[in-house]
Amino acid sequence: MSRLFEKAYRFILLVALVAAGVFVERMGVVDYLLDPFEFAYTLDLIGQHLTMVGVSMLLATLTGLAVGIIFTRPRFKRFTGIVMYIVGLGQTIPSLAVIAISMSFMGVGFKPAVFALYIYSVLPIARNTLAGINSVPSWMIEAAKGMGMTNLRILFQVELPNATRVIITGFRISLVINIGTTALAFLIGAGGLGEHIFTGIDLMQPAKLLAGAIPTTLLALTADYLVEIFGVLVIPRGIRVEGEK
Amino acid sequence: MTALIQFFRDNTDTIWRLTYEHVWIVSLAVCLATVIGVSIGIAITRDEKMANRVINAANVLMTIPSIALFGIMLPILSVIGHGLGKVPAVTALVLYSQLPIIRNTYTAIKNVPPELIEAGKGLGMSNLRRLREVEIPLAIPVIIAGLRTAAVMNIGIAAIAAYIGSGGLGEFIQQGISRVYNEMIVAGALLVSLLAIFVDIAMALVERLVTPKGTALEKKMK
Repeated sequence: MSRLFEKAYRFILLVALVAAGVFVERMGVVDYLLDPFEFAYTLDLIGQHLTMVGVSMLLATLTGLAVGIIFTRPRFKRFTGIVMYIVGLGQTIPSLAVIAISMSFMGVGFKPAVFALYIYSVLPIARNTLAGINSVPSWMIEAAKGMGMTNLRILFQVELPNATRVIITGFRISLVINIGTTALAFLIGAGGLGEHIFTGIDLMQPAKLLAGAIPTTLLALTADYLVEIFGVLVIPRGIRVEGEK
Repeated sequence: MTALIQFFRDNTDTIWRLTYEHVWIVSLAVCLATVIGVSIGIAITRDEKMANRVINAANVLMTIPSIALFGIMLPILSVIGHGLGKVPAVTALVLYSQLPIIRNTYTAIKNVPPELIEAGKGLGMSNLRRLREVEIPLAIPVIIAGLRTAAVMNIGIAAIAAYIGSGGLGEFIQQGISRVYNEMIVAGALLVSLLAIFVDIAMALVERLVTPKGTALEKKMK
Protein backbone atom coordinates (compact mmCIF):
# COMPACT_ATOMS: atom_id res chain seq x y z
CA MET A 1 0.00 0.00 0.00
CA SER A 2 2.71 2.45 0.97
CA ARG A 3 4.61 1.69 -2.22
CA LEU A 4 1.53 2.63 -4.18
CA PHE A 5 1.43 5.86 -2.20
CA GLU A 6 5.07 6.45 -3.03
CA LYS A 7 4.41 6.06 -6.75
CA ALA A 8 1.32 8.27 -6.62
CA TYR A 9 3.29 10.91 -4.77
CA ARG A 10 6.08 10.97 -7.36
CA PHE A 11 3.55 11.05 -10.18
CA ILE A 12 1.68 13.98 -8.69
CA LEU A 13 4.96 15.82 -8.12
CA LEU A 14 5.95 15.29 -11.74
CA VAL A 15 2.54 16.39 -13.07
CA ALA A 16 2.67 19.50 -10.89
CA LEU A 17 6.11 20.40 -12.22
CA VAL A 18 5.05 19.94 -15.84
CA ALA A 19 1.87 21.93 -15.23
CA ALA A 20 3.91 24.74 -13.66
CA GLY A 21 6.24 24.76 -16.66
CA VAL A 22 3.37 24.89 -19.16
CA PHE A 23 1.69 27.63 -17.15
CA VAL A 24 4.83 29.74 -17.08
CA GLU A 25 5.32 29.34 -20.84
CA ARG A 26 1.64 30.18 -21.52
CA MET A 27 2.01 33.36 -19.52
CA GLY A 28 4.75 34.44 -21.91
CA VAL A 29 7.62 34.45 -19.46
CA VAL A 30 9.88 32.54 -21.84
CA ASP A 31 9.22 34.99 -24.67
CA TYR A 32 9.72 37.84 -22.28
CA LEU A 33 13.09 36.57 -21.12
CA LEU A 34 14.23 35.65 -24.66
CA ASP A 35 14.04 39.30 -25.64
CA PRO A 36 17.72 40.33 -25.44
CA PHE A 37 16.96 43.71 -23.95
CA GLU A 38 14.62 42.38 -21.27
CA PHE A 39 17.01 39.56 -20.46
CA ALA A 40 19.88 41.95 -19.80
CA TYR A 41 17.52 44.09 -17.73
CA THR A 42 16.45 41.11 -15.64
CA LEU A 43 20.08 40.10 -15.09
CA ASP A 44 20.78 43.64 -13.98
CA LEU A 45 17.93 43.50 -11.48
CA ILE A 46 19.18 40.15 -10.15
CA GLY A 47 22.59 41.78 -9.72
CA GLN A 48 21.08 44.68 -7.76
CA HIS A 49 19.08 42.25 -5.67
CA LEU A 50 22.14 40.16 -4.81
CA THR A 51 24.23 43.24 -4.00
CA MET A 52 21.66 44.45 -1.49
CA VAL A 53 21.33 40.98 0.05
CA GLY A 54 25.11 40.53 0.18
CA VAL A 55 25.96 43.88 1.75
CA SER A 56 23.18 43.80 4.33
CA MET A 57 23.77 40.16 5.24
CA LEU A 58 27.51 40.67 5.68
CA LEU A 59 26.98 43.58 8.06
CA ALA A 60 24.11 41.81 9.83
CA THR A 61 26.11 38.61 10.37
CA LEU A 62 29.03 40.49 11.87
CA THR A 63 26.79 42.56 14.15
CA GLY A 64 24.58 39.64 15.11
CA LEU A 65 27.54 37.45 16.06
CA ALA A 66 29.14 40.32 17.99
CA VAL A 67 25.95 41.04 19.92
CA GLY A 68 25.45 37.36 20.64
CA ILE A 69 29.01 36.89 21.87
CA ILE A 70 29.17 40.10 23.93
CA PHE A 71 25.94 39.48 25.79
CA THR A 72 26.91 35.95 26.80
CA ARG A 73 30.21 37.02 28.39
CA PRO A 74 30.14 36.77 32.20
CA ARG A 75 30.38 40.52 32.56
CA PHE A 76 27.27 41.24 30.48
CA LYS A 77 25.38 38.04 31.16
CA ARG A 78 22.73 39.77 33.28
CA PHE A 79 21.57 41.69 30.17
CA THR A 80 20.91 38.52 28.15
CA GLY A 81 17.24 38.39 29.12
CA ILE A 82 16.62 42.02 28.20
CA VAL A 83 18.42 41.74 24.86
CA MET A 84 16.44 38.57 24.01
CA TYR A 85 13.22 40.40 24.85
CA ILE A 86 14.08 43.41 22.69
CA VAL A 87 15.11 41.18 19.79
CA GLY A 88 11.88 39.19 20.10
CA LEU A 89 9.85 42.39 20.09
CA GLY A 90 11.75 43.64 17.04
CA GLN A 91 10.94 40.47 15.15
CA THR A 92 7.20 41.05 15.49
CA ILE A 93 7.53 44.34 13.58
CA PRO A 94 6.48 43.81 9.94
CA SER A 95 9.21 44.10 7.29
CA LEU A 96 7.27 46.65 5.25
CA ALA A 97 7.06 48.88 8.33
CA VAL A 98 10.83 48.76 8.81
CA ILE A 99 11.42 49.66 5.17
CA ALA A 100 8.84 52.46 5.28
CA ILE A 101 10.27 53.97 8.45
CA SER A 102 13.79 53.75 7.05
CA MET A 103 12.61 55.69 4.00
CA SER A 104 10.91 58.38 6.05
CA PHE A 105 14.20 59.08 7.85
CA MET A 106 16.81 58.51 5.15
CA GLY A 107 14.99 59.21 1.92
CA VAL A 108 15.00 56.94 -1.12
CA GLY A 109 17.70 54.83 -2.76
CA PHE A 110 20.22 52.11 -2.05
CA LYS A 111 21.38 53.25 1.41
CA PRO A 112 18.04 53.34 3.27
CA ALA A 113 17.11 50.00 1.70
CA VAL A 114 20.32 48.30 2.82
CA PHE A 115 19.99 49.91 6.24
CA ALA A 116 16.45 48.57 6.71
CA LEU A 117 17.48 45.11 5.50
CA TYR A 118 20.47 45.16 7.82
CA ILE A 119 18.41 46.10 10.88
CA TYR A 120 15.82 43.47 10.08
CA SER A 121 18.40 40.71 9.44
CA VAL A 122 20.43 41.26 12.60
CA LEU A 123 17.57 40.08 14.81
CA PRO A 124 17.38 36.32 13.99
CA ILE A 125 21.18 36.00 13.92
CA ALA A 126 21.64 37.76 17.27
CA ARG A 127 18.80 35.79 18.81
CA ASN A 128 20.13 32.43 17.70
CA THR A 129 23.73 33.23 18.63
CA LEU A 130 22.56 34.16 22.12
CA ALA A 131 20.38 31.07 22.41
CA GLY A 132 23.06 28.79 20.94
CA ILE A 133 25.84 29.91 23.25
CA ASN A 134 23.51 29.94 26.25
CA SER A 135 22.53 26.34 25.62
CA VAL A 136 26.10 25.05 25.79
CA PRO A 137 25.99 22.90 28.94
CA SER A 138 27.77 24.47 31.89
CA TRP A 139 29.67 21.26 32.69
CA MET A 140 31.35 21.51 29.32
CA ILE A 141 32.61 24.99 30.13
CA GLU A 142 33.66 23.84 33.59
CA ALA A 143 35.63 21.02 32.00
CA ALA A 144 37.34 23.46 29.65
CA LYS A 145 38.20 25.70 32.59
CA GLY A 146 39.55 22.72 34.43
CA MET A 147 41.83 21.98 31.48
CA GLY A 148 43.23 25.47 31.94
CA MET A 149 41.73 27.06 28.82
CA THR A 150 41.64 30.84 28.69
CA ASN A 151 38.26 32.53 28.23
CA LEU A 152 39.05 33.29 24.61
CA ARG A 153 39.91 29.67 23.89
CA ILE A 154 36.75 28.51 25.64
CA LEU A 155 34.77 30.82 23.35
CA PHE A 156 36.39 29.61 20.12
CA GLN A 157 36.96 25.95 20.91
CA VAL A 158 34.00 25.08 23.13
CA GLU A 159 31.15 27.58 22.99
CA LEU A 160 31.07 28.57 19.30
CA PRO A 161 31.55 25.05 17.86
CA ASN A 162 28.76 23.71 20.05
CA ALA A 163 26.47 26.58 19.09
CA THR A 164 27.19 26.30 15.34
CA ARG A 165 23.99 24.46 14.47
CA VAL A 166 21.73 27.01 16.14
CA ILE A 167 23.71 29.96 14.74
CA ILE A 168 23.50 28.58 11.21
CA THR A 169 19.74 28.11 11.57
CA GLY A 170 19.48 31.77 12.57
CA PHE A 171 21.58 32.77 9.57
CA ARG A 172 19.36 30.72 7.27
CA ILE A 173 16.13 32.27 8.57
CA SER A 174 17.70 35.69 8.31
CA LEU A 175 18.93 35.14 4.75
CA VAL A 176 15.59 33.84 3.47
CA ILE A 177 13.67 36.71 5.08
CA ASN A 178 16.27 39.12 3.72
CA ILE A 179 15.86 37.89 0.13
CA GLY A 180 12.09 38.27 0.41
CA THR A 181 12.30 41.70 1.98
CA THR A 182 14.77 42.91 -0.64
CA ALA A 183 11.95 42.51 -3.15
CA LEU A 184 10.23 45.34 -1.27
CA ALA A 185 13.30 47.58 -1.62
CA PHE A 186 11.99 48.64 -5.03
CA LEU A 187 9.29 50.59 -3.22
CA ILE A 188 11.87 52.97 -1.79
CA GLY A 189 13.72 53.27 -5.07
CA ALA A 190 16.50 50.74 -4.64
CA GLY A 191 15.65 48.47 -7.58
CA GLY A 192 16.05 44.71 -7.32
CA LEU A 193 13.68 42.04 -8.58
CA GLY A 194 10.78 43.78 -6.87
CA GLU A 195 10.85 46.19 -9.80
CA HIS A 196 9.53 43.48 -12.13
CA ILE A 197 6.95 42.28 -9.61
CA PHE A 198 5.45 45.63 -8.64
CA THR A 199 5.54 47.05 -12.15
CA GLY A 200 3.98 43.81 -13.41
CA ILE A 201 1.15 44.12 -10.89
CA ASP A 202 0.55 47.78 -11.73
CA LEU A 203 0.52 47.19 -15.48
CA MET A 204 -1.25 43.83 -15.18
CA GLN A 205 1.48 42.12 -17.22
CA PRO A 206 1.76 38.52 -15.93
CA ALA A 207 4.95 37.88 -17.96
CA LYS A 208 6.85 40.75 -16.37
CA LEU A 209 5.46 39.93 -12.97
CA LEU A 210 6.49 36.28 -13.15
CA ALA A 211 9.91 37.24 -14.53
CA GLY A 212 10.42 38.93 -11.15
CA ALA A 213 8.52 36.55 -8.88
CA ILE A 214 10.07 33.29 -10.15
CA PRO A 215 13.73 34.37 -9.83
CA THR A 216 13.03 35.78 -6.35
CA THR A 217 11.49 32.49 -5.27
CA LEU A 218 14.33 30.48 -6.81
CA LEU A 219 16.90 32.70 -5.10
CA ALA A 220 15.25 32.16 -1.73
CA LEU A 221 14.95 28.39 -2.20
CA THR A 222 18.53 28.04 -3.46
CA ALA A 223 19.90 30.13 -0.61
CA ASP A 224 17.97 28.05 1.90
CA TYR A 225 19.35 24.84 0.39
CA LEU A 226 22.94 26.08 0.12
CA VAL A 227 23.04 27.24 3.72
CA GLU A 228 21.68 23.88 4.81
CA ILE A 229 24.53 22.11 2.99
CA PHE A 230 27.03 24.62 4.33
CA GLY A 231 25.74 23.88 7.84
CA VAL A 232 26.31 20.15 7.40
CA LEU A 233 29.89 20.83 6.33
CA VAL A 234 30.69 23.30 9.10
CA ILE A 235 29.17 21.54 12.09
CA PRO A 236 31.98 19.72 13.94
CA ARG A 237 31.98 15.96 13.39
CA GLY A 238 31.55 15.20 17.08
CA ILE A 239 28.13 16.84 17.44
CA ARG A 240 26.52 15.88 14.15
CA VAL A 241 23.28 13.99 14.42
CA GLU A 242 22.51 10.71 12.66
CA GLY A 243 22.27 11.09 8.91
CA GLU A 244 24.63 14.04 8.57
CA LYS A 245 27.85 12.00 8.57
CA MET B 1 5.83 64.97 15.81
CA THR B 2 2.98 67.47 16.00
CA ALA B 3 2.29 66.77 12.34
CA LEU B 4 1.98 63.09 13.18
CA ILE B 5 -0.48 63.76 16.00
CA GLN B 6 -2.40 66.06 13.67
CA PHE B 7 -2.52 63.24 11.12
CA PHE B 8 -3.98 60.85 13.70
CA ARG B 9 -6.58 63.44 14.66
CA ASP B 10 -7.61 64.20 11.10
CA ASN B 11 -7.87 60.59 9.98
CA THR B 12 -9.44 58.82 12.94
CA ASP B 13 -12.21 57.33 10.81
CA THR B 14 -9.86 56.02 8.14
CA ILE B 15 -7.55 54.59 10.78
CA TRP B 16 -10.38 52.64 12.39
CA ARG B 17 -11.67 51.45 9.03
CA LEU B 18 -8.25 50.20 7.88
CA THR B 19 -7.44 48.62 11.24
CA TYR B 20 -10.78 46.84 11.17
CA GLU B 21 -10.09 45.65 7.62
CA HIS B 22 -6.60 44.46 8.57
CA VAL B 23 -7.84 42.56 11.62
CA TRP B 24 -10.67 41.08 9.59
CA ILE B 25 -8.38 39.71 6.86
CA VAL B 26 -5.90 38.28 9.36
CA SER B 27 -8.55 36.68 11.58
CA LEU B 28 -10.35 35.10 8.65
CA ALA B 29 -7.05 33.69 7.38
CA VAL B 30 -5.99 32.41 10.80
CA CYS B 31 -9.39 30.74 11.36
CA LEU B 32 -9.27 28.98 7.99
CA ALA B 33 -5.62 28.05 8.50
CA THR B 34 -6.37 26.62 11.95
CA VAL B 35 -9.08 24.33 10.62
CA ILE B 36 -6.83 23.10 7.80
CA GLY B 37 -3.53 23.08 9.67
CA VAL B 38 -4.70 21.39 12.85
CA SER B 39 -6.50 18.64 10.92
CA ILE B 40 -3.42 18.03 8.76
CA GLY B 41 -1.22 18.15 11.85
CA ILE B 42 -3.33 15.52 13.60
CA ALA B 43 -3.66 13.36 10.48
CA ILE B 44 0.09 13.13 9.89
CA THR B 45 0.87 11.92 13.42
CA ARG B 46 -0.03 8.44 12.13
CA ASP B 47 2.67 8.23 9.48
CA GLU B 48 6.16 9.53 10.12
CA LYS B 49 7.27 9.50 6.49
CA MET B 50 4.17 11.41 5.42
CA ALA B 51 4.75 13.85 8.28
CA ASN B 52 8.26 14.63 7.10
CA ARG B 53 7.04 15.28 3.59
CA VAL B 54 4.15 17.50 4.62
CA ILE B 55 6.34 19.56 6.95
CA ASN B 56 9.02 19.88 4.27
CA ALA B 57 6.42 21.07 1.78
CA ALA B 58 5.13 23.65 4.27
CA ASN B 59 8.72 24.70 4.82
CA VAL B 60 9.24 25.29 1.11
CA LEU B 61 6.02 27.34 1.01
CA MET B 62 7.32 29.46 3.87
CA THR B 63 10.57 30.11 2.00
CA ILE B 64 8.75 31.72 -0.93
CA PRO B 65 8.91 35.50 -0.45
CA SER B 66 5.44 36.92 0.19
CA ILE B 67 5.38 39.45 -2.64
CA ALA B 68 6.59 36.75 -5.05
CA LEU B 69 3.78 34.46 -3.91
CA PHE B 70 1.24 37.23 -4.53
CA GLY B 71 2.80 37.64 -7.95
CA ILE B 72 2.64 33.95 -8.80
CA MET B 73 -0.95 33.64 -7.57
CA LEU B 74 -2.15 36.67 -9.49
CA PRO B 75 -2.35 35.03 -12.94
CA ILE B 76 -3.59 31.75 -11.44
CA LEU B 77 -6.43 33.34 -9.46
CA SER B 78 -7.24 35.65 -12.37
CA VAL B 79 -8.77 32.59 -14.00
CA ILE B 80 -11.62 32.76 -11.48
CA GLY B 81 -11.62 36.56 -11.57
CA HIS B 82 -9.90 37.17 -8.23
CA GLY B 83 -6.33 38.06 -9.18
CA LEU B 84 -6.33 41.18 -7.04
CA GLY B 85 -8.04 42.04 -3.78
CA LYS B 86 -8.87 40.11 -0.65
CA VAL B 87 -9.05 36.58 -2.09
CA PRO B 88 -5.35 36.21 -2.99
CA ALA B 89 -4.39 37.99 0.25
CA VAL B 90 -6.33 35.56 2.43
CA THR B 91 -5.14 32.57 0.35
CA ALA B 92 -1.51 33.57 0.79
CA LEU B 93 -1.96 34.13 4.52
CA VAL B 94 -3.59 30.70 4.90
CA LEU B 95 -0.69 29.08 3.02
CA TYR B 96 1.96 30.84 5.09
CA SER B 97 0.23 29.89 8.35
CA GLN B 98 0.43 26.19 7.55
CA LEU B 99 4.04 25.66 8.64
CA PRO B 100 3.79 27.00 12.22
CA ILE B 101 0.37 25.45 12.78
CA ILE B 102 1.08 22.01 11.28
CA ARG B 103 4.51 21.76 12.88
CA ASN B 104 3.31 22.76 16.33
CA THR B 105 0.25 20.50 16.22
CA TYR B 106 2.37 17.57 15.06
CA THR B 107 5.13 18.00 17.69
CA ALA B 108 2.61 18.67 20.44
CA ILE B 109 0.61 15.52 19.78
CA LYS B 110 3.74 13.44 19.24
CA ASN B 111 5.07 14.64 22.59
CA VAL B 112 2.07 13.52 24.64
CA PRO B 113 3.63 11.03 27.10
CA PRO B 114 2.85 7.45 25.99
CA GLU B 115 1.89 6.47 29.52
CA LEU B 116 -1.02 8.93 29.40
CA ILE B 117 -2.22 7.43 26.13
CA GLU B 118 -1.94 3.97 27.69
CA ALA B 119 -3.93 5.20 30.68
CA GLY B 120 -6.60 6.53 28.34
CA LYS B 121 -6.72 3.16 26.59
CA GLY B 122 -6.92 1.44 29.95
CA LEU B 123 -9.94 3.55 30.86
CA GLY B 124 -11.62 2.15 27.78
CA MET B 125 -11.62 5.38 25.78
CA SER B 126 -12.20 5.16 22.05
CA ASN B 127 -9.53 6.63 19.74
CA LEU B 128 -11.61 9.72 19.07
CA ARG B 129 -12.42 10.28 22.72
CA ARG B 130 -8.77 9.86 23.68
CA LEU B 131 -7.85 12.46 21.06
CA ARG B 132 -10.46 14.85 22.43
CA GLU B 133 -9.92 14.36 26.14
CA VAL B 134 -6.24 13.47 26.47
CA GLU B 135 -4.15 14.42 23.47
CA ILE B 136 -5.72 17.72 22.42
CA PRO B 137 -5.97 19.29 25.91
CA LEU B 138 -2.31 18.50 26.49
CA ALA B 139 -1.30 19.77 23.07
CA ILE B 140 -3.35 22.95 23.10
CA PRO B 141 -0.76 25.36 24.57
CA VAL B 142 1.74 24.40 21.88
CA ILE B 143 -0.91 24.65 19.15
CA ILE B 144 -1.83 28.13 20.39
CA ALA B 145 1.87 29.06 20.30
CA GLY B 146 1.83 28.08 16.61
CA LEU B 147 -1.28 30.21 16.04
CA ARG B 148 0.52 33.10 17.73
CA THR B 149 3.49 32.86 15.36
CA ALA B 150 1.11 32.59 12.42
CA ALA B 151 -1.02 35.57 13.48
CA VAL B 152 1.94 37.88 14.06
CA MET B 153 3.52 36.89 10.75
CA ASN B 154 0.20 37.34 8.94
CA ILE B 155 -0.17 40.90 10.19
CA GLY B 156 3.12 41.75 8.49
CA ILE B 157 2.26 39.96 5.26
CA ALA B 158 -1.23 41.50 5.17
CA ALA B 159 0.50 44.90 5.18
CA ILE B 160 2.33 43.93 1.97
CA ALA B 161 -0.95 42.66 0.52
CA ALA B 162 -2.11 46.28 0.32
CA TYR B 163 -0.12 46.37 -2.93
CA ILE B 164 -2.48 43.86 -4.50
CA GLY B 165 -5.44 45.92 -3.34
CA SER B 166 -6.55 44.01 -0.27
CA GLY B 167 -6.81 47.15 1.87
CA GLY B 168 -5.78 47.20 5.52
CA LEU B 169 -3.17 49.29 7.25
CA GLY B 170 -0.62 48.66 4.51
CA GLU B 171 -2.66 51.12 2.48
CA PHE B 172 -1.25 53.98 4.58
CA ILE B 173 2.31 52.86 3.82
CA GLN B 174 1.54 52.33 0.14
CA GLN B 175 -0.21 55.68 -0.29
CA GLY B 176 2.34 57.45 1.87
CA ILE B 177 5.27 56.19 -0.19
CA SER B 178 3.71 57.09 -3.52
CA ARG B 179 2.66 60.55 -2.31
CA VAL B 180 5.90 61.10 -0.35
CA TYR B 181 3.73 61.91 2.63
CA ASN B 182 5.97 61.22 5.61
CA GLU B 183 3.36 61.37 8.38
CA MET B 184 1.20 58.85 6.56
CA ILE B 185 4.12 56.40 6.15
CA VAL B 186 5.13 56.66 9.80
CA ALA B 187 1.52 56.38 10.98
CA GLY B 188 0.98 53.24 8.88
CA ALA B 189 4.23 51.64 10.02
CA LEU B 190 3.53 52.47 13.67
CA LEU B 191 -0.03 51.15 13.57
CA VAL B 192 0.97 47.88 11.88
CA SER B 193 3.81 47.34 14.35
CA LEU B 194 1.61 48.12 17.34
CA LEU B 195 -1.06 45.77 16.05
CA ALA B 196 1.52 42.99 15.69
CA ILE B 197 2.95 43.57 19.17
CA PHE B 198 -0.54 43.78 20.68
CA VAL B 199 -1.62 40.49 19.07
CA ASP B 200 1.63 38.85 20.19
CA ILE B 201 1.01 39.84 23.81
CA ALA B 202 -2.69 38.94 23.69
CA MET B 203 -1.95 35.50 22.26
CA ALA B 204 0.73 34.94 24.91
CA LEU B 205 -1.97 35.53 27.53
CA VAL B 206 -4.35 33.13 25.78
CA GLU B 207 -1.53 30.59 25.69
CA ARG B 208 -1.20 30.86 29.46
CA LEU B 209 -4.96 30.69 30.02
CA VAL B 210 -5.54 27.52 28.02
CA THR B 211 -2.71 25.57 29.62
CA PRO B 212 -4.56 22.91 31.65
CA LYS B 213 -4.05 23.49 35.38
CA GLY B 214 -2.44 20.13 35.98
CA THR B 215 0.32 20.59 33.40
CA ALA B 216 0.97 24.18 34.47
CA LEU B 217 1.67 22.98 37.99
CA GLU B 218 3.96 20.29 36.66
CA LYS B 219 5.98 22.91 34.79
CA LYS B 220 6.32 25.04 37.88
CA MET B 221 7.61 22.12 39.93
CA LYS B 222 10.32 21.48 37.40
